[in-house]
Amino acid sequence: MNTDFKNGIRDGLPIAIGYFGVSFTFGIMAAQAGISPWLAGLISLTNVTSAGQFAGLTMIVAQASMAEVFLTQLVINLRYALMSLSLSQKLARGTGTGKRMLMAFGNTDEIFAVASTRKQDVTPEYMAGLESLPILLWTLGTVAGAIATGLLPTAVSTAMGLALYAMFVAIVLPPARKDRHIAAVALVAMVVSCLLYYTPALKNISSGFAIIISTVLAAGLGAFLFPVQENVSGVRTDETNRCDKQETEVTQKGVQG
Amino acid sequence: MIYAYILVMAVTTYLIRMLPLTLFQKEIKNTYIKSFLYYVPYACLTAMTIPAIFYATSGVLSAVVGLLVAVILGWKGKNLPTVAVWACVAVFVTERVLGW
Repeated sequence: MNTDFKNGIRDGLPIAIGYFGVSFTFGIMAAQAGISPWLAGLISLTNVTSAGQFAGLTMIVAQASMAEVFLTQLVINLRYALMSLSLSQKLARGTGTGKRMLMAFGNTDEIFAVASTRKQDVTPEYMAGLESLPILLWTLGTVAGAIATGLLPTAVSTAMGLALYAMFVAIVLPPARKDRHIAAVALVAMVVSCLLYYTPALKNISSGFAIIISTVLAAGLGAFLFPVQENVSGVRTDETNRCDKQETEVTQKGVQG
Repeated sequence: MIYAYILVMAVTTYLIRMLPLTLFQKEIKNTYIKSFLYYVPYACLTAMTIPAIFYATSGVLSAVVGLLVAVILGWKGKNLPTVAVWACVAVFVTERVLGW
């Protein structure tokens, strides 16, 4: 088996486990809304997005118009456009259009988080490995939740609800600790996100839009104040990350040798 | 009818993910845009976590305990599964064992 594919599978396993818990909850909610386990599973398999699916479920139950469904999905999921754009710059050179179209299917928040912060090149094989288990368990978790509504103790499923956020923390903290520019960007994002959430006049902004506004403001400010100089391989070469780059190169050479 | 809903949801979500990945195949040269995209993951992940994490469990307190555990382990550079599992255990213990 291709090494990159295997590495992808390995990196995707914790995401997949976290997904099982969240999609189990989605399955329960779908069953309570009168949707069959098969249809609930179909929604998860074809959408692979938590917030969009929960919103979609509400709209299906309310028998909303197709235009409303389209607009809601667009607003909630527009953040993926930013992630896909960012990921397009991380892909290994020569990644063809067909492979890009395939990997786009499973570019979720968590998949993007792991792929975009990977030190080595992101290849189609790596993405295929990274996405397979999470998509599989996202779908299976939904079906299991719909079938076994009420079987899993609520205490366990609520505790699992924190898993994905804990992963985000574990992804952002180590680089933020090494690079104060990343720490500053994260801090700005946190402040903007909280302002949007807690300011009464801004409360009507959907969570999807709030994420987009916070991301654009924080990353935009970061790019303005601390522009990054990159070389052709796309690896940072300024002082803060020089050690990292050398380490990565040594590791890669070691693996190849 | 439900199939039509699912189709609209799936196609919309897919196009949002697919178009930027296929349309931007060349390396972007502009330093500002490159820097912006470099910072996007960190900004995006942080904005998704705070304040949403505080409402991901049955109470704010257990979520704060879970967040603290994740911050301490993440700061130490522990791998993702370790951080995720211990944060969940912390939430479970706070809610069920301590009953907070």
